[in-house]
Amino acid sequence: MINLTINNKNVKAKDGMTILEAAKFNNIIIPQLCYLEGVHQIGSCRICVVEVEGAKTLQSSCMVKAKEGMVVRTNTKLVRQARKVIYELMLSDHPKNCLSCSRNQSCEFQKLGELLQIDDIRFEGEKSKSIVDYSSPSIVRDTSKCILCRRCVTVCNEIQGVGVINAQNRGFKTIIGPPDDLPINSVNCSNCGQCITVCPVGALYEKESVDDVWQALYDENKRVVIQTAPAIRAALGEEFGYEPGTLVTGKMVSALRDIGFDDVFDTNFAADLTIVEEGTEFLKRITNSLHEKEATLPMITSCSPGWIKYIEHAYPEKLTHLSTCKSPHMMLGALIKSYYTKKIDINPKDVYVVSVMPCTAKKFEITRPEMNSTGYPDVDAVLTTRELARMIKDAGIDFKTLGDSEFDNPLGLSTGAADIFATTGGVMEAALRTVYEIVTGRELPFKNLHVIPVVGFEQVKVAEILIENPLPEYDFLNNITVKVAVTSGLDGAKKLMEEINNGTSPYHFIEVMGCPGGCISGGGQPRPTNDYVREKRLEAIYKEDEGKELRKSHDNPFVKKLYEEFLDYPLGHLSHKYLHTDYTKRGLFNEYLKK
Amino acid sequence: MNHQSKCCCLETDEQKYKKIEEIIEEYKDKEGSLIQILHFAQGIFGYLPLELQEFIAKKQNIPLSEISGVVSFYSFFSTQPRGENTIRVCLGTACYVRGGKKIVEKLKEILDVNVGDTTIDRKFTLEVMRCIGACGLAPAISINDKVYKQVNPDKLKSILEKYY
Repeated sequence: MINLTINNKNVKAKDGMTILEAAKFNNIIIPQLCYLEGVHQIGSCRICVVEVEGAKTLQSSCMVKAKEGMVVRTNTKLVRQARKVIYELMLSDHPKNCLSCSRNQSCEFQKLGELLQIDDIRFEGEKSKSIVDYSSPSIVRDTSKCILCRRCVTVCNEIQGVGVINAQNRGFKTIIGPPDDLPINSVNCSNCGQCITVCPVGALYEKESVDDVWQALYDENKRVVIQTAPAIRAALGEEFGYEPGTLVTGKMVSALRDIGFDDVFDTNFAADLTIVEEGTEFLKRITNSLHEKEATLPMITSCSPGWIKYIEHAYPEKLTHLSTCKSPHMMLGALIKSYYTKKIDINPKDVYVVSVMPCTAKKFEITRPEMNSTGYPDVDAVLTTRELARMIKDAGIDFKTLGDSEFDNPLGLSTGAADIFATTGGVMEAALRTVYEIVTGRELPFKNLHVIPVVGFEQVKVAEILIENPLPEYDFLNNITVKVAVTSGLDGAKKLMEEINNGTSPYHFIEVMGCPGGCISGGGQPRPTNDYVREKRLEAIYKEDEGKELRKSHDNPFVKKLYEEFLDYPLGHLSHKYLHTDYTKRGLFNEYLKK
Repeated sequence: MNHQSKCCCLETDEQKYKKIEEIIEEYKDKEGSLIQILHFAQGIFGYLPLELQEFIAKKQNIPLSEISGVVSFYSFFSTQPRGENTIRVCLGTACYVRGGKKIVEKLKEILDVNVGDTTIDRKFTLEVMRCIGACGLAPAISINDKVYKQVNPDKLKSILEKYY
């Protein structure tokens, strides 16, 4: 601990803390804008300036470390004036159409203006050139609103390791964006949307689909079916004032019914189905490799469309490592338009499928030309968690007073294994619960079925599972140690892919989720997603899993029924038609598409 | 394209890329060498088109957005083809008050280009500068390394003729 003085108070702070952190530690708030705890602290906005005795100029408190004996003042005339002028100068090049901005009432810049009591527009200067980029089905860029804080640059480059956007040009002409003013859809953007989750203003936001969904609901000839991803139930509540980590599954289903959706299905059902298909695929690959037949290992999960787009750009020669399974909501969409429409005897053209996803990359995924196994799009619209919350509010539904409802069947029941798809390590754990039992006839030997080494937020997690005394038909797997790795965030994926590239990857099976922490911190989730919020959502997901009577995907009775009534068997002809897909070689600069 | 054969760029693009690749290889393990590489690459290729930036990005394993960020930050780097000769008109205070602006206008008219652009025959690139340190002999222009003093708009044509 060190001793310093802040605003004439003697305070203590931990070694290594910045002035901003030391102040916060002592309940002194320094206004800030670009600073984002644990993610971004480069002092680009200068809002957090303070006076430090002995320093010639004001110091940005998010950058300067607190030192023993330091004398700091955070609210002197000079500091307050400087802060205000800095803000006003930023405001001079910022549009004032807050009422029609997607971030109205949730804008960090707007909130800061209120805090600083800005009551006049003193500077009306030249406006910088702005680009409104609607090219992507996932992400909209409006650089007129950008305050150049560079949080998105940090997230895209350092956390995700993709580096699609950066500061271009200089001074007043600076723009955050892809090279050469290229539209975001024409570069190697994975559509993960992590940039959106950190943008303090309305410069980056998801391509809205709420109006399309309302139009479908108003259309009397359409049966509008909705499904919700595993991660929504653990985060949607935050938009209605619940504590992070509050599960709102039942209320969410009630709200969807109240809005007027004809069927409310659960993407979790398809997560269980994914495990059966992907588990079988994995077994087939490992069997083939042990019998010296052609098999690409490690096999890598394919649930995360951000990850898929990333590998198509960065490792186009390695696409055979991907499981051919579609992501769960695409599977469910295809089943709704085939199995379900047959069951209720309606034409798939009259069905409109909406997916609520924690993800912006899913918006791109549904536009992929191969995702139309019935001749119609598997899924017609994707709403993010944030968009669904807006829709519920707009519909006049008092979310907190809603009672609980259940999902509709036959595509609504799920096991605990499906719930954990929402979090990093979850798909792997779910797969192991099923694969181990298929091979040995026994339950996965982990307490509470949790594969502890792959649980949590470490970037790369590994586990080894020894197969002993398998069932006779899997005798060739006896004493084989299955090596698995789990990563979340594209930077971690890059590390595992480099091992594959160099031929040094020791793994049989890899789970990759495109966003750090998995879908619970996806690009479509409520803001903010910080370490605390992430931890709470993770706890909620495991709680949902443990609360389920059935916790292994292959035990899902409706999945069994689906195979009996429709699909026949995993990896069968109809599975290939509706549940599996292929991938597109793109290249870092889309050079494969240009060829 | 016979003007091409007159200039220094006798090498094919392939040869130039090869040379640039060798330089990248030389700097491979030296951190912070991007600007150096870009500098050499522009020297060899004449300018830094997006395809060349992509080439460097791939070889260096640096995101293209970062490279284009550096290229667009420094005015020294150009993403447009450059002329065989670079004309820089001084618009420092002394040259400005003694008619630098008129020289720019006249050059734009003669060469049929805007400031920053290159003539269709790739003979000249027109740029403006703040002060070239020849204030006593204003207005001044420079072409490549040669400085022309007390330039009068009417003299420009005869100056440019020397470069054909």
